[in-house]
Amino acid sequence: MESCAPRVQGQTFAEYLHGQERKTLLRFIACGSVDDGKSTLIGRLLYECQTLFDDQLAALAADSRRHGTQGAALDFALLLDGLSAEREQGITIDVAYRQFATDKRRFIVADAPGHEQYTRNMVTGASTADCAVILVDARKGVLTQTRRHSYLASLVGIRSVALVVNKMDLVAHAEPAFRAIDEEYRAFATTLGLDGVTCIPVSALEGDNVRVHSERMPWYTGPTLLEYLETVATPEESRQLAPFRLPVQWVNRPALDFRGFAGTVLSGSVRPGDRVRVLPSGHTTAVSRIVTADGDLDVAVAGQAVTLTLADEIDISRGDVIAQADAPAGVADQFQATVVWMGAEPMLRGRSYLMRIGCKWVTATIAPLKYRIDVSSLEHVAATKLELNEIGVCAIELDQAVAFDPYDENREMGAFILVDRITNHTVGAGMLHFALRRSQNVHWQQLDVDKQARASLKHQRPAVLWLTGLSGAGKSTISNLVERELHRLGRHTYVLDGDNVRHGLNKDLGFTDADRVENIRRVAEVARLMVDAGLIVIVSFISPFRSERQMARGLFAAGEFLEVHVDAPLAVVEERDPKGLYRKARAGELQNFTGIDAPYEPPVAPELRLDTAVTTPAQAAAAVLELLELNGVLGP
Amino acid sequence: MGTALPKRLTHLERLETEAIQIMRDVVADADRPVMLYSIGKDSAVMLHLARRAFHPAPPPFPLLHIDTTWKFRDMYAMRERMARDSGMELIVYVNREGLGQGISPFTHGSAVYTDVMKTQALRQALDAHGFDAAFGGARRDEEQSRAKERILSFRTAQHRWDPKNQRPELWALYNTRKRKGESLRAFPLSNWTELDVWQYIHVHEVPIVPLYLAAPRPVVERDGTLIMVDDGRMPLDPGEQPQLRRVRFRTLGCYPLSGAIESEADSVPAIIEEMLRATTSERHGRLIDRDTPASMERKKQEGYF
Repeated sequence: MESCAPRVQGQTFAEYLHGQERKTLLRFIACGSVDDGKSTLIGRLLYECQTLFDDQLAALAADSRRHGTQGAALDFALLLDGLSAEREQGITIDVAYRQFATDKRRFIVADAPGHEQYTRNMVTGASTADCAVILVDARKGVLTQTRRHSYLASLVGIRSVALVVNKMDLVAHAEPAFRAIDEEYRAFATTLGLDGVTCIPVSALEGDNVRVHSERMPWYTGPTLLEYLETVATPEESRQLAPFRLPVQWVNRPALDFRGFAGTVLSGSVRPGDRVRVLPSGHTTAVSRIVTADGDLDVAVAGQAVTLTLADEIDISRGDVIAQADAPAGVADQFQATVVWMGAEPMLRGRSYLMRIGCKWVTATIAPLKYRIDVSSLEHVAATKLELNEIGVCAIELDQAVAFDPYDENREMGAFILVDRITNHTVGAGMLHFALRRSQNVHWQQLDVDKQARASLKHQRPAVLWLTGLSGAGKSTISNLVERELHRLGRHTYVLDGDNVRHGLNKDLGFTDADRVENIRRVAEVARLMVDAGLIVIVSFISPFRSERQMARGLFAAGEFLEVHVDAPLAVVEERDPKGLYRKARAGELQNFTGIDAPYEPPVAPELRLDTAVTTPAQAAAAVLELLELNGVLGP
Repeated sequence: MGTALPKRLTHLERLETEAIQIMRDVVADADRPVMLYSIGKDSAVMLHLARRAFHPAPPPFPLLHIDTTWKFRDMYAMRERMARDSGMELIVYVNREGLGQGISPFTHGSAVYTDVMKTQALRQALDAHGFDAAFGGARRDEEQSRAKERILSFRTAQHRWDPKNQRPELWALYNTRKRKGESLRAFPLSNWTELDVWQYIHVHEVPIVPLYLAAPRPVVERDGTLIMVDDGRMPLDPGEQPQLRRVRFRTLGCYPLSGAIESEADSVPAIIEEMLRATTSERHGRLIDRDTPASMERKKQEGYF
């Protein structure tokens, strides 16, 4: 077989080597199921480019004889089937990245398995891809799955797509079959904004139009798949022509007289002397030097990792963005975004997550979902939450303003991930569309009398005691005793009781997970205002989720939030059943009752844990007062 | 601004940027990062990239060498030279307990030896120094099963790798978050191939251990593998005589476990030329992988890189 590499003829090896070092890189994603011949196609690409070595080919030949479906011929699909063993073991199946090269280009192909977890895997693989190769079976044509793959590719900003019409050998290499698919697909792709579509008739099994033009399909005059991959334009050029952006990854200060800002140029280019604006602060200055280990550069472009020094001393830290002064990025703390959900637990309105955008970590709260997108029909569906592998459009509120560009204009500046605060797992991927103006018009009013002033008048330090635990564990009894004692000591207090708040402020909320999250968000915000007023606030709420208690904690200064776990075994509280609720829940008359058919997540490290199965209410209240004393809340 | 003509980045430049970006990210979010330095070609490239990532400062982390005491003598010389040149702290860790028990590749077989002197030693070293992030030089092209490996891999406080709980990696937005006691391993060379590594070494003139280049060396042939007799500790079978053959190594580790290949390639371009014509994969010369099927997978779960 004639090989892809090396073709040394006619040049010295040194010349050849020099050319090899000048290759460009293309990252693409291959979409399709095993039935479309995707594994066979990728295996064929690796084989045609001599990425496979004799020992691997020998192993493949042995495997093909044993498990293959192609008789004595090599079954390329087996090469990539390492995943089947994993499936049996229940290991997360997701994207595999494989490497190969021709003389012109180096390729990284993301291979996302076709069935379960498809949305998550494909979005992950496509997020770093420059183009997509979508497979269809020539006998079946454009299917729902094809439309789904194309939608997901367009969603993450891929514009160039090669539609590989595979298994042409099974339709007698006939042109009409191919033309029909070509036409139907182009019409559909246009509706998604996929403008660069190339359709290629292929037989991955026999290698037709993969590397070499097929003699069996002389009617096809377009590029072979490898020719397409070798020549398709990468987004590099447009990225370099966009306005300059560099998120600061690392502040480099090896000595007192050097302060460099290290990062990768995401878009545009920069030269010494260029005016830049630092975001979100908005300070402007000029670039002094572009420092690299190869010496200072005259220009740095998108895709280069550099270190900048600036003309003025400005406070800049990791996560800030250095942007072109006359075309800066936007700054906002409320956005409309599309979110792809990847967590096992659903995304809930009002729940807060860690969010990474650029090099910055912030806290993001999910505001109401506008709609969910059905990936098969592309219809908008009303929804209140997103389950694993669902996609939705929602508003997102951050705890601080960040620099951004809309994802459609600048992929790297508009992408973000959402991370669960407790498990630290990546649970969502998102794309920012635009800033919601509301936040820019609602400023926090600075008042002359502040929290400190209000509290000192009361001779106390404001704090929130957050009592969490099952219904019937003794939260209300204990908070009542604690408040009575504080009142006796002349402290200014207020008790926010779960039942009482549900009579007014939260009477529109039920007991679903989503409503429980919102319930806690509101009471946490009320507690914050009361702490700002200088009060000692006792929150007595079941508050079953760690995540929301963590969110509440995040609203307060260090030492202000004291979590108390009022703990008692379910058997004990069910025995007490002061309100008769457990009996009703057991009888099926109450739904979503914590401890029965709704979960309770106990605190991992509360400031205080009270086991009310063994302590009396008076002892418990005394322990809480001691906690307040220890934390200096009771003042001198 | 914006007047610069589009500059075409080469594949090596894009791979370099990706690796540097990973290193800066991990260092920025970790409390106590470290770079695992095995002295081989991948480590050489990784160290070179680290120095470029943090230039003009030296990389803000130490190098950690898990020393089995069975490395080639040339490797020890290179290790000392690179520590000196980079200005970085070098931590050498030996599992003294294993050494005391007399565990060697000759007496205990490669499985036990690797577990005690490498896997356990690595865990001990990470614990002893409280490292919470470690850079390793593993690449996805080394083995088919590695193709789906993450760039960041999370370990529990017991150093267990949980394959069911790996995080998706989107864009260049690495999720570096972890809980106290947990640690992460970062693989900046994930997307590199063996050929990329050699091309990069050539373009950047990265110093490498001379054993990668062909030279006459004393070897014995065992089960079809050429083993170099690097010092007097190598037990020879009765009648076994080391022969001087022109050999080089595609991977370097402990000398009794590293198979040499006969070669004339005595320069980096010659290595690349030989590679392009090569017909066997790199790990072919590594004895560890042949122990049991899926042995890499198992070692990884136990904390080996």
